[in-house]
Amino acid sequence: MSTESALKVLTPGDFASDQDVRWCPGCGDYSILAQMKKVLAGIGAVRENTVFISGIGCSSRFPYYVDTYGIHSIHGRAPAVATGLKTVRPDLSVWVITGDGDGLSIGGNHLMHAIRRNLDMNIILFNNRIYGLTKGQYSPTSPLGKVTKSTPMGAIDNPLHPLSIAIGCEATFVARSIDVNIKHLEMVLHRAAEHRGTSFVEIYQNCNVFNDGAYNFATDRETKADTTLELEHGKPLIFGKDRNKGIRLHGMDPEVVELGKGISEDDLLFHDEKAPEPSLAYLLSRMRYPEFPEPIGVLRAVDAPRYEEMLNGQVAEAKKARGEGDLDKLFNSGDTWTVA
Amino acid sequence: MASTTTSVETHKPIIEVHSATVRFCGDSGDGMQLAGTQMTNTSALIGNDIATFPDFPAEIRAPRGTKAGVSGFQIHFADTEIFTPGDRVDALVAMNPAALVTNLADLIPGGILIVNKDAFDEKSLKLAGYSGSPLEDGTLKAFQLFSVEMTRLTRLAVEGLGLSVKEADRCRNFYAMGLAFWLYDRPLDTTLRYIDAKFGKRPDVAEANRRALHAGYNYGETVEAFASQFRVNPAKLTPGKYRNITGNEATAWGLLAASKRSDCDLFYGTYPITPASDILHELAKHKNFGVRTFQAEDEIAAITSVIGAAFAGAMSVTGSSGPGIALKGEGIGLGVMTELPMLVINVQRGGPSTGLPTKTEQADLLQAVCGRNGECPAPVIAARSPADCFDVVLEAWRIAVRYMTPVFILTDGYIANGSEPWRIPEVDSLPSITVTHPGPITNGDKYLPYQRDERLSRPWAVPGTAGLQHRIGGLEKQDITGNVSYDPLNHEHMVHLRANKVAGIANDIPLQEVDGPEKGKLLVIGWGGTYGALATAVRKARAAGGAVAHCHLRYLNPMPRNLGEILKSYDKVLVPELNLGQLRLLLQGTYGVETVGLNKVQGKPFTVGEVEDKIKELLA
Ligand SMILES: Cc1ncc(C[n+]2csc(CCOP(=O)(O)OP(=O)(O)O)c2C)c(N)n1
Ligand code: SF4
Repeated sequence: MSTESALKVLTPGDFASDQDVRWCPGCGDYSILAQMKKVLAGIGAVRENTVFISGIGCSSRFPYYVDTYGIHSIHGRAPAVATGLKTVRPDLSVWVITGDGDGLSIGGNHLMHAIRRNLDMNIILFNNRIYGLTKGQYSPTSPLGKVTKSTPMGAIDNPLHPLSIAIGCEATFVARSIDVNIKHLEMVLHRAAEHRGTSFVEIYQNCNVFNDGAYNFATDRETKADTTLELEHGKPLIFGKDRNKGIRLHGMDPEVVELGKGISEDDLLFHDEKAPEPSLAYLLSRMRYPEFPEPIGVLRAVDAPRYEEMLNGQVAEAKKARGEGDLDKLFNSGDTWTVA
Repeated sequence: MASTTTSVETHKPIIEVHSATVRFCGDSGDGMQLAGTQMTNTSALIGNDIATFPDFPAEIRAPRGTKAGVSGFQIHFADTEIFTPGDRVDALVAMNPAALVTNLADLIPGGILIVNKDAFDEKSLKLAGYSGSPLEDGTLKAFQLFSVEMTRLTRLAVEGLGLSVKEADRCRNFYAMGLAFWLYDRPLDTTLRYIDAKFGKRPDVAEANRRALHAGYNYGETVEAFASQFRVNPAKLTPGKYRNITGNEATAWGLLAASKRSDCDLFYGTYPITPASDILHELAKHKNFGVRTFQAEDEIAAITSVIGAAFAGAMSVTGSSGPGIALKGEGIGLGVMTELPMLVINVQRGGPSTGLPTKTEQADLLQAVCGRNGECPAPVIAARSPADCFDVVLEAWRIAVRYMTPVFILTDGYIANGSEPWRIPEVDSLPSITVTHPGPITNGDKYLPYQRDERLSRPWAVPGTAGLQHRIGGLEKQDITGNVSYDPLNHEHMVHLRANKVAGIANDIPLQEVDGPEKGKLLVIGWGGTYGALATAVRKARAAGGAVAHCHLRYLNPMPRNLGEILKSYDKVLVPELNLGQLRLLLQGTYGVETVGLNKVQGKPFTVGEVEDKIKELLA
């Protein structure tokens, strides 16, 4: 069908829609959009076979800015919209764009169920730890004590941790990146796109209007090497400007250790994104600044059956076992009688 | 009108009657729904017209023997066309005192009352609120009482099969059926076939049920208690091949048929809720028809999954009951805004809130017509009887794709669970439904997702089509381009466009028909599941000389073009509804006509008598 675009190699620019991008100047969303367009071009995406589905929030305006098919749906429900679409059209590449409020607050239930069903789609959660669109209320990821318009005396709800939730929902792909860490972000989005099954990606995103600097610890040139830890499959958990610090297991708990002084790389935890049990991934998802460097990269990437394949498989199996549905046969089955 | 003949096969005289109404009632564990269904199927197969009314408690297991746990199934069979399960019953089978006390008021004076004598022990009597046994104190004098030791006789019948007492007692409903079958001269073979199919894997249980059934039948035949049998001859229905069908089955099959006739795979996204769940159950059985059923995590996911599936090009449908439809409201708004075709089925039940889950009501009309934020028009059509659900679904899908809009289908618990004979259509003779998707654009032209045709309908472009990339969503759209727009005048224009599109459907639906005189003293107008009671009451009133007409609405939004005229042609307009006057409000608001209401909100359908009485009052 798509002769023109299938033959032509698309560039990131080809994925830009004709709509003006309306985020605040300096918003982290711009960078995510730019990396997404690069990734789409990089994976050889076909515009008409790609669908972006979002909920409501600043980040959820995303579909308007990409020249693909898209639905800007209602608050929190994008994963469910995507589920309907993907089950009917498994051939399409489906991306869900959501925010921390959209995905974890109003849409927490749908997020949980989309992840456990493991449809082959990508869920990208922009986490700015605030409600941007509604002008600065605290969100489910805001830290305790966070002072906002709706919490003048400080937030008293314990924050949620998106990666821990995803892992708790048996996510087959879990990753994290940071808006301004563009190479890393591109890599993570690329990996997500390649994963077969639901990929869940949390992106630390700066809202410079209502929550500026929420991730300074992770983006500050001076500190980021000590406050973040880039995960690599099969490699020990090493971090720090001088790459002299690592994570070791002490009993069941991780601890930060310095290399040398009797501690070698072999004493450290090694990252295994393919571990069948998600314990390690969960442990990583619990590592939080300032006690720990916060891991970025792919925490988990395992293969498991996909919902749409199983559902369509059942349809195919039923057709094979019972033959293509025949309405006349169905209507005339069982007890019937004739009136002359 | 009864005539007596002596039958060859039996020793007792058979009295021919035109119709009979039988109700089985007992504890919810007693298998009364099964007994009723079996008698229904058999009666249908011997050619009677039938109408049924299953009535069961919301509690899965209320304490045994209590009034809260009473479950009933009423069946009306006749040798003429009938529309209702009957107001009062000619024969009542009561399996325990609680069932007797809660159902006795509906038995006609002189009616046949069969009770399981063994269940009238002290404890059960007390649970039912009796101080003494009604079987002995003469309070049942007005009826033909047959007090049968069903428990003991059933146990005797199954002796030697090695069943436990509990298992043996579970066959009692077959004993009761056997007796009722004898009483109304129904053959046993349908039920015997059912037993084979159902209990084939447990030969002992199958044999026990067979024996219980025969034992009940033979009891009627042998025991001196019963003086005669009754017979209801086949009805003169429109020639054709028939089967018995419930409303929910007809809805599910209508969906399969609409999917086939539009060549569009069916996606049914839903969350279980009584009384709508059976649509899901039925569809889930038929995956070989290409149906994808999706049991979502909640109603909001159900409707939004349907939006995703509609965008993808599927025939997308969700079904629920009032509380679930309430949750779907925001999503339906998105459906209206994005102008995607989809069906929203509401099998109404008693409300508000969780209300009366297993009882019927018609109080979600305004919810369907108006129950969303903003100016949010959606077509609404209602089924009038179990079999009618099939046709209504096909019609709703035709409108949905022609006008690119969500369409509401209203049914209710009464017609969803009730059943009637359905003349089996030939699939090729069903209307075919045209679905078109625009093809690819390869010359670089811009695709305009909100450009409209002469019906004001926008195109249904599906992902995967080159050059048609577009974004839809809940934000207001600029006319033609579909770009997000906050322009005040554009918004007003779009509000009018959406309203006019739906209003224009009136040009595409049949004119309203009226049963009875075109002008006269009284018009009875109703909608949905009250059809049977209204049609019967109006015909009876006319037979008695009243100038009364009946008009039953299928299309509630928009309403038929000629309705205003019809309403003005009668001196009085009566609007019976199982709510406090929702259709009346719409009629008054749309046509400015004075109407009289007949309103009932008891979780029960109208009886014919109730409507007749009101008609008489207005004609007086
Ligand atoms: C049903 C409903 N409730 C509330 C809102 C208002 N609302 C819109 S976006 C939003 C929060 C968005 O926060 P987040 O998901 O963190 O996105 P951000 O704007 O920060 O990108 C809320 C409460 C709405 N649009 N719909
Ligand atoms: S409010 Fe915050 S999140 Fe929203 S666009 Fe502005 S900077 Fe970005």
